[in-house]
Amino acid sequence: MADLFLIAEIAGRPVAIASDQVESVVDIGEVVPVPRADARVRGLAALRSRVVTVIDTRAVLGLNGGDMQSRAVITAIEGHHYAVLVDALEDVTPCALQPLAGGIVLDPAWRPIGCGIVELGGEPVLAIDLRAMIPGLAVAA
Amino acid sequence: MDDLLQEFIAETRETMEALTGEIVAWEADPSDRARLDAIFRFVHTVKGSCGFLDLPRLARLSHAAEDVLSAVRGGERAPDAALVNAVLAIVDRIGEIVEAIDQGTALDDSGEELLIAALDGKAEAEPAQPSAVSMAPRAPTRSVRLSVDLLDRMMSGMSDMVLARNELARRLREADDPAVEASLERLSLTVAEMRDTVTRTRMQKIDALFSALPRMVRDTAAGLGKSVALSIEGADVELDREMIEMMRDPLGHIIRNSIDHGIEAPADRRKAGKSENGSLTVSARQSGNQIIIEIADDGRGIDVDKVIARLAATGRNASELRALPEKAKLDLVFEPGLTTKDEVTGVSGRGVGMDVVRANVEQIGGRIDLSSQRGQGLTTTIRVPLTLSIISAIIVGAGGQGFALPRQSIEEIVGIRDDGSIRIDRLGATAIATVRERRLPLVDLGALLGLAAPDRGDPRMLVIVGVPGGAYALAVDDVLDNEELVIKPAAPAVMAPGVYAGQTLPDSGRPMLLLDGAGIANAAGLVFTREVAAEPANEDEAEPVMPALMFLDLDGVRRAVPLAVVDRVEPADPHDIHFTAGELRLSVDGRIVPLAAQGTLDGREGVSILRLTDGASDIGYAIAEALDIADLPCAMTPAREPGPVAGVVAWRGEQIEMLDAHWLFAEHVRVASDGVARPICLLAGREAGWMATFLRPALERAGYRVATALKPGETAALTLAMDDDAVTDNAPVLRLSREPREGADTIFRYDRAGLAQALARHAAGAR
Repeated sequence: MADLFLIAEIAGRPVAIASDQVESVVDIGEVVPVPRADARVRGLAALRSRVVTVIDTRAVLGLNGGDMQSRAVITAIEGHHYAVLVDALEDVTPCALQPLAGGIVLDPAWRPIGCGIVELGGEPVLAIDLRAMIPGLAVAA
Repeated sequence: MDDLLQEFIAETRETMEALTGEIVAWEADPSDRARLDAIFRFVHTVKGSCGFLDLPRLARLSHAAEDVLSAVRGGERAPDAALVNAVLAIVDRIGEIVEAIDQGTALDDSGEELLIAALDGKAEAEPAQPSAVSMAPRAPTRSVRLSVDLLDRMMSGMSDMVLARNELARRLREADDPAVEASLERLSLTVAEMRDTVTRTRMQKIDALFSALPRMVRDTAAGLGKSVALSIEGADVELDREMIEMMRDPLGHIIRNSIDHGIEAPADRRKAGKSENGSLTVSARQSGNQIIIEIADDGRGIDVDKVIARLAATGRNASELRALPEKAKLDLVFEPGLTTKDEVTGVSGRGVGMDVVRANVEQIGGRIDLSSQRGQGLTTTIRVPLTLSIISAIIVGAGGQGFALPRQSIEEIVGIRDDGSIRIDRLGATAIATVRERRLPLVDLGALLGLAAPDRGDPRMLVIVGVPGGAYALAVDDVLDNEELVIKPAAPAVMAPGVYAGQTLPDSGRPMLLLDGAGIANAAGLVFTREVAAEPANEDEAEPVMPALMFLDLDGVRRAVPLAVVDRVEPADPHDIHFTAGELRLSVDGRIVPLAAQGTLDGREGVSILRLTDGASDIGYAIAEALDIADLPCAMTPAREPGPVAGVVAWRGEQIEMLDAHWLFAEHVRVASDGVARPICLLAGREAGWMATFLRPALERAGYRVATALKPGETAALTLAMDDDAVTDNAPVLRLSREPREGADTIFRYDRAGLAQALARHAAGAR
C-alpha cells in the first residue's frame, strides 16, 4: 500500500511528509514576529486573506535560525493553519511507509518528529509528522 | 414580532428534525437519561418561547409535557409505554401547530385536552396521525438559514477582494491615469459597501438579543404581580450571529428565573427594606478575548440551604453537600431537575432549567458563573469566547512593529508634558507614571515584548489601559492608526504567552496581533486590588491626612515616616554602628538597638538616627537628615513588594515614599532588648549548665528570659528539664531527651525544629 508523500528538504536533509497533512505548498511573504512566543514560532504571515502561523523548522530541530526560507508547507491542525518552513521542495511520490525499526535510533532533535522511513529510489528517507513540530497543541492522542 | 416568530418556527423545525432520532431511541429505551434530557430541553425551550410569543396552545401543551418529563427526571414517575406515547403525541402535535402557524392556517384544537389527559394516564393517547397540514408544501419564508461555513467563505472571499483591490490601486497609482483612477474609485466604494454588508451577515449587535428583553421582562413580571425595572448596558457590543442565536435561550431562562425566583413580591420587598420595584440589569462588554454578559438582580439571592434540602430530598447526602465550598454549593443549582420554588409556575416552571442553561452555554465554549448575596441579589455572569468579532482598535507601535489594542480597554492616550502634569518617575528601579495627580504603574510595551532595550530613555506616549480593578500606563513608541478590525482567534502557540487576544489582517495585508490589556498587566506582574482602583477622591472633600516626618534617606531618596512612631531623632557616630550577628546594630547608652537603613553608611561623618518605638520595643533607622514635618495624605499607592517602603504618597506634586513601620518592626524586633518584662524560662535539673550554653539563643529568640534560679517574687512561665529530672516547680514543663524517641512526649535535645515549635507553642500560651 503506497501513500503519497511530499519530499522536501529540512536543515539540509531530505524528509517525506504524508500528503494528507499537506494542504498546499506556498512561498510566504513577510513574516511578522510574535514576541514572547515559543522560539519555534517564527511569526505570522498572510496567505491571501488568511493569517497563518509560521513554524521555524530549524528552531524545532534546535538549530540556529538559518537564512530566510520562504517555501512553506501549509497544514491545518485543530482549526488553525500553520506554515512549516522548508529549505526546498522536490516531488510528490507514492511510497510505502515503513516503521523505524531494526535498532535505528534517531538523534534527540529529530526523534520527536520522525515517524518512519520511506524508500525513494533505493535510498531511505525519514518520514516526519508535521503535527509534532507545532508547539502549544494538546498532546497528540 | 414577525421576525421572532419566524425564528421560533425555523428553530423549532430544526430541533424537531434533530429530535426525531432521540424520540425513537427513547421509545426503544425509556430509561435512557440522555434522550430524556434532550426531549425535556426541547419542550422546555418551546414553552419558554411560547410564553413570550403569546402562543397559548403551544404553551399549554409544552407545559404539560414538561411537567410529566420533570416527574420522570425526578424519579416520581416511571416512563412506561403509555407515558412515552403520550409525550410523543404531544411532541408531534407541537410540530403540527408550528407548521400551521407558519402557513397561517387554522388547526383544529380538538383532542388536545385528551393528549394532556393522557399524560396523567387518564386516557389512552392515540398514536399521532400524520395530519394533512404537515403534508402540505411549506409556505416560502422570508428568512433563510445558512451554514456558518458558507458565511465564513464569503467573509474570506471578501477579504481577498479587498486585498486585491489594494494591490491594484497601488499599481494603478503608478500608471497615473485619471480615468482609470475614477473607475477604481467607484470599484473601491462598491467593495467597501459590500464588505460592510457581508460582515453584517456574520456579526450582529447584541442589541438583537437585548431588544426583546423589555417586553419579556414586563410580561413575565406582570404575570407574577411583580414590578421590575430593567436596564440594559452595552447593547452595541458586536457578537457573532451564531453566538447570539445560541445565547437567546439561556439568557431568557436566566431572566425569567431572576424575576420568578429572585425578585420578591412587592410586599416582601417592602418588608426587607427594599424598594417595591425590583431592578434587573443586563449588560454586555468585551474583555480580552471574551464577551461577558452579566445579569444582575436585586432579589433574594440563592438560598443554598434550600437547594441542599431539595437535593437531599432526591436522595443526595445532605451533610456531604453542606461540606462543599461556598462556590460549589452555589453551583448545585445547575444540578438537573432542581428547583427551589415551592409551587410550579407557568413562567419558569420547576426545573428552573439551569442545567439546560449551562449545557447551552458550555456548548458554545462559554462559562457561567454565579455570585449570590443572600437577600441582596444574584449576579449571573456568562462568558463566551470571542470566536470572531469586529472591534474598533487603536494601532500602536512598539519596537518598529504595530499592535492593535481594543479601543474599549483604553481610557485615554496622553503624551508626556514638560509641565510635569504627565510624567514618569522612578521608585527604586520601577518606573511609574503620574497622569494629572493619578499614579499608575508603567509598563513599557517594547521592553515587555522584548522588542526594545528596557533602558532607552523615557517614552513619549502613554496609553492608559483600564483593567478590572484599576488601570496602568502602557508606554508605546507611536500611536499609528485607528481601525475597525476583524479579529480571529490565533493558534495556541501564539496565545500561549498570554498577552494576545487574537490576530487580524488589516487592509495593509500585514498580519497584526491584538493585545490583551489584562494579559499584559499579568505578564508585567501588576497586581490590582479594588482599593487601589479608588479614583482620586473628589477634590472638594478634605482628604484624610496624617502627620509625618520627612527626611532625606541615606540613598538620597526623600521618604517619610508617620510621626506617631518617631520617639526622637538623635545624631550618632558611625563607629557605634556595626553589622553584627546578621544585622546592623547601634550601641547607645550601653544598650544595643537594632538598626534599619536603606543605603550605605560608608564614608559618612555622622548620621542621624530616627528612634522609632511601638511603645514596647524600639529600633533605630539611620537617615542622612531630617527635613520637615508635614501633613501627608493618607491615600497611598502600595509598593509592589513588601519591604521597608509601604508605598508612595503624593505631596505638593512630589512622590514621597512612606516607610512601613510595621514591616520594620516585624523585621527587626525578634528579641527585644533586655529590660522588657518577658516570661522566664527556668532551666532546671542536672543539665542546666548545658542548656544555658546551648539553648539560651533559641530560648531568647522565642521570647523568653533565661534563668537558672528564680529570684523571690518571680515565677517561671516554662521549666526546661531533662526527661529524668525531678521538677518541683508548678510551671509547665518541657522535657528534653538525650536520644531521639518516637512518639514520646519529650523532645530530642538536638531536634531544633521540634524545640522551636514547642517553645513557640508554650510562648503563645504564656502571653
